[in-house]
Amino acid sequence: MNLDFTKEQDMLRKSVAEFLAKECPFETVKELEESEEGYNKKQWKKMAELGWMELYFPEEYGGMGDPIMNVMIIMEEMGKKAFPSPYFSTVVQCGLVLLEGGSEDQKKSLLPKIAGGKLLMSLAQYEEDASYEQAGINMPAEPAGDHYVLNGTKMFALDANVADKLIVAARVKDSGVTLFLVDAKAPGITTTKMPTIGMDNTCEIIFKNVKVPKEDVVGGPGKGWEILQKMFPKAVILKCAEMVGGCRETVDMTADYAKKRIQYGKPIGSFQAIQHYMANMLLGYDTSSNYLYKVCWMVQEGMDVSKEIHALKAHVNEQYKYITERGVQIHGGVGTTREFNMGLFYRRAKAYEYVLGDTQYHYEKLADALNM
Amino acid sequence: MDFEFTKEQEALREEFDEFFRKEMKHAPKEWAEGGLEAMYHTDEGFAFHDQMKKKLGKKGWLSRAWPKEYGGQDAPLIEQLIFNEVHAFHRAPGVDNFGVGMFAPTLMVGGTEEQKKRLLPPIARGEVQYCQGWSEPDAGSDLANLSTQAVREGDYYIVNGQKTWTTGGHRADHMFLLARTDPNSTRSRGLSIFNVKMDLPGIEVRPILYMDKGHITNDVYFKDVKIHASELVGKENEGWELTRQTMNFERSGVAGFVEGKRTIAELIDYAKAHKRNGKKISEDPVTRQKIAKLFIGLEVGQTLAYRINWEQQKGGLIFAASAASESKVFGSELSQQVANVSTEVLGMYGQLENSKWAPMDGKAATHYQFCVAANIFAGSSEVQRNLIAWVGLGLPRTK
Ligand SMILES: Cc1cc2nc3c(=O)[nH]c(=O)nc-3n(C[C@H](O)[C@H](O)[C@H](O)COP(=O)(O)OP(=O)(O)OC[C@H]3O[C@@H](n4cnc5c(N)ncnc54)[C@H](O)[C@@H]3O)c2cc1C
Repeated sequence: MNLDFTKEQDMLRKSVAEFLAKECPFETVKELEESEEGYNKKQWKKMAELGWMELYFPEEYGGMGDPIMNVMIIMEEMGKKAFPSPYFSTVVQCGLVLLEGGSEDQKKSLLPKIAGGKLLMSLAQYEEDASYEQAGINMPAEPAGDHYVLNGTKMFALDANVADKLIVAARVKDSGVTLFLVDAKAPGITTTKMPTIGMDNTCEIIFKNVKVPKEDVVGGPGKGWEILQKMFPKAVILKCAEMVGGCRETVDMTADYAKKRIQYGKPIGSFQAIQHYMANMLLGYDTSSNYLYKVCWMVQEGMDVSKEIHALKAHVNEQYKYITERGVQIHGGVGTTREFNMGLFYRRAKAYEYVLGDTQYHYEKLADALNM
Repeated sequence: MDFEFTKEQEALREEFDEFFRKEMKHAPKEWAEGGLEAMYHTDEGFAFHDQMKKKLGKKGWLSRAWPKEYGGQDAPLIEQLIFNEVHAFHRAPGVDNFGVGMFAPTLMVGGTEEQKKRLLPPIARGEVQYCQGWSEPDAGSDLANLSTQAVREGDYYIVNGQKTWTTGGHRADHMFLLARTDPNSTRSRGLSIFNVKMDLPGIEVRPILYMDKGHITNDVYFKDVKIHASELVGKENEGWELTRQTMNFERSGVAGFVEGKRTIAELIDYAKAHKRNGKKISEDPVTRQKIAKLFIGLEVGQTLAYRINWEQQKGGLIFAASAASESKVFGSELSQQVANVSTEVLGMYGQLENSKWAPMDGKAATHYQFCVAANIFAGSSEVQRNLIAWVGLGLPRTK
């Protein structure tokens, strides 16, 4: 056993942390949250130059073939800074879908563009009944000659408002769930950003007679769910990494505040009530981060994580909410404000709970995996 | 023992209910997402509150429980509880808690005849809007640490300092201010209460934005503000005692439980009307249990509130003081559970702010963000638990 990161991984973490501290302080995070685009193009370009996007892709598609744990490190650091960018939607979700299910042509033409920071993508999976299940994907894709026609509404698609291309999950009669590569600006597509607690780029996408050539199917008709399932554990791990980073920052920020804030002539951190909350928070972080590392390692080693992945997301969902909620409480009034940064994390904890499955969903899936 | 309301009380409830049913039809869309933000953030929301306040004033409902001599009707506290229940159920505005609930009782206990005659009627008529000038940057839970100075010079007090977290300071025309009149004093000695007009020269109000950018609270700065000595309420340097005495208003916390019941009723309607994974949400066993659990909390909480109201009427203020803390902490934490469960039952829709996509006008996301403040203001949950342990159980006080 060796539970240490490598020297290179420590260096990667340090460089990501330094870059984000310099490029995107919390003031900038708030400006980005309030902007229509929700991310900064210049930052995005620099991130690409630093190699963050190509990291995990195999060399033949312009990548560096790094292990997923390196991406996890990047996401953890992004989480600490509450950094808004289309990294998760583009590089993680769509990047993984293409890697797992794309044709050679698709991979060769799209992955290097993602790696170079030149292509933004969004996964349009969920629909109006807000189901995480395969049965929740019902938007029809009708075959018509050499193309398909998409009609319907997709909900909660991340970063669709800034994406160049979408990966759309739709149902082809007799084949099942199928993924389509669709130009985000194609005629018949209307994308609207919805106001959310995360102040992020969560979108509704309406498709009206949108034509997609047959060669733009990813992985073949009926292969959609299988591909999404392959993307799923890795994407869950990386989203959890972002959340665990947020937990860490919240614990640090709050401990720091509890040492400095004086009431009744002493630091509030000297009250036992506060100490017990903080102890629980640290416990929440330590259990989350260590389990994250373990599950990430398992995936890296190609092991089965059919139980662990659900345990991880459910645990991290609950701990991130708990830690940020106590964080606000310990900060008192300042914790509730826009000016102070605690609220950024409190809001994200709720927003991220919904990404790739809320707690109830993962409990249910875990019970399935436990053969109940 | 008898938990039933009298016929007269039921008739009164019906009268309140009919009034609010009618009036709430005119609520502007800004009112829909609920909470303090609906009241203080937008002009439309505040105007709605202001008009309602005047209507309630005309009916005499703001001052029903006040003594007759100050324009009230000497109504028993149970009637106030009934009013609070109906008002909360309708999520109605119109009650300026700072004026009606806090400052008016302070005046009744400690004000001069002249002050009572001058200041109480406008509060009863709903013509004025108060804010509460207590907290300061270094005096939150530890209010007695406040440092805003009011120094006597001739017929005036000269006020310098900063108040913070002043809810509705940007909407109020008056503040009740707690300031230090004895510069050599520390802690709770040497404090005094003032009735302050917010348009006095030297007062500056600056917004503090909530985490969702809503404008509820403010910093209020005082620079050489001249307050006439006739605005001192109660004895000089004895403001702390007076502040603590003003307990004779209804403080059962019943409103929160009633509003919670309304919210879960709406949630149940939603769950019955919507399907997820081919099944009605209301058929999902986990959802059912979550909502059942909330209902139990709301039931027992409301019953505790009745007990507090009862003891308060009988003058059992010691029980009422500890139990009011119990109700506050139980109520705000339960309200937080209601918010949590709402965002969970709505699934991904639980993250949506008020918009065409958001069920229940986005109340779930708004409430999720605001509920945490209720565990902090008006005595944090920690401070309340300290009080319950000290006053309710007689456990040793820690410093
Ligand atoms: C939305 C909102 C509206 C408000 N409106 C008003 C208003 O209109 N007028 C007004 O005067 N004030 C108002 N307040 C201020 C409110 O009363 C204070 O925020 C509250 O008293 C807590 O003070 P603080 O924020 O300084 O936190 P602190 O007192 O610094 O507390 C920080 C943390 O330490 C804990 N703590 C403190 N002392 C102890 C102890 N002895 N034991 C255990 N834990 C302890 C607290 O519970 C809290 O968790 C408002 C606050 C908010 C958030």
